[in-house]
Amino acid sequence: MSEILKFHFDIDGSDFSSAGAASVMVKKKLRQLSYDPEIIRKVSIAMYEGEINMVIHANGGTADVEIHDEEIIIILSDNGPGIADVELAMQEGYSTARDSIRNLGFGAGMGFPNMKKYTDHLQVDTALGVGTTVTMKVKL
Amino acid sequence: MTVSEICQSIDATLVCGEAERDFSGVYVGDLLSRAMSHVRADNIWITIMSNVNVVAVATLTEPAAIVLAENVSLQEDALASAIDNGVTVLRSPLSAYEICGILYRPTGET
Repeated sequence: MSEILKFHFDIDGSDFSSAGAASVMVKKKLRQLSYDPEIIRKVSIAMYEGEINMVIHANGGTADVEIHDEEIIIILSDNGPGIADVELAMQEGYSTARDSIRNLGFGAGMGFPNMKKYTDHLQVDTALGVGTTVTMKVKL
Repeated sequence: MTVSEICQSIDATLVCGEAERDFSGVYVGDLLSRAMSHVRADNIWITIMSNVNVVAVATLTEPAAIVLAENVSLQEDALASAIDNGVTVLRSPLSAYEICGILYRPTGET
């Protein structure tokens, strides 16, 4: 495959019931393309966590997925509040999710840790009051 | 072993999906990010969470079945999503602890 496949999703930040929908669509697409199940698993987990983060903290955003020959790149962008302390956000168990959101099963403080664990590259560009862009790469 | 074979032992009823699927391994937990990284394909996932987000996690992780403990009922939108995505859901009156006790096999045994 030499052509780069690109997918774009708008993540609705107002609707928790559809949270994860973009990740499910990417997963189904990768399945159709017969990617290795472990690769699909890594991309699914990492993208799901990022998608959920945008819904919980940033009122949604956009997700772009690019499938290259050597890697899958996931770029999640939002205009949310930004992350004050990225290092802290990376710690397992640390969460600023509201109680109402924890009651849905979110807020385990495993979002960024999972994104880091299941990708080969994770970059977080954030500015307070401006937004956050998370770039993740999974090698093929 | 198939999902339907454990239904009787944990007093479970099939809410939706395919019970003739084989399973191996069990995960129990309610925090979605934990489940996301620990539920493996073909596992049984025991939880008391019954919202549509549980179905989304199951759609991504592909357990053989979700088992809702303590007779928790699947919320309406979650049921629709489970049917749409081919997620199998069971419901048992037993607690997660009791279900684990019945299903438990020492590591390595099948």
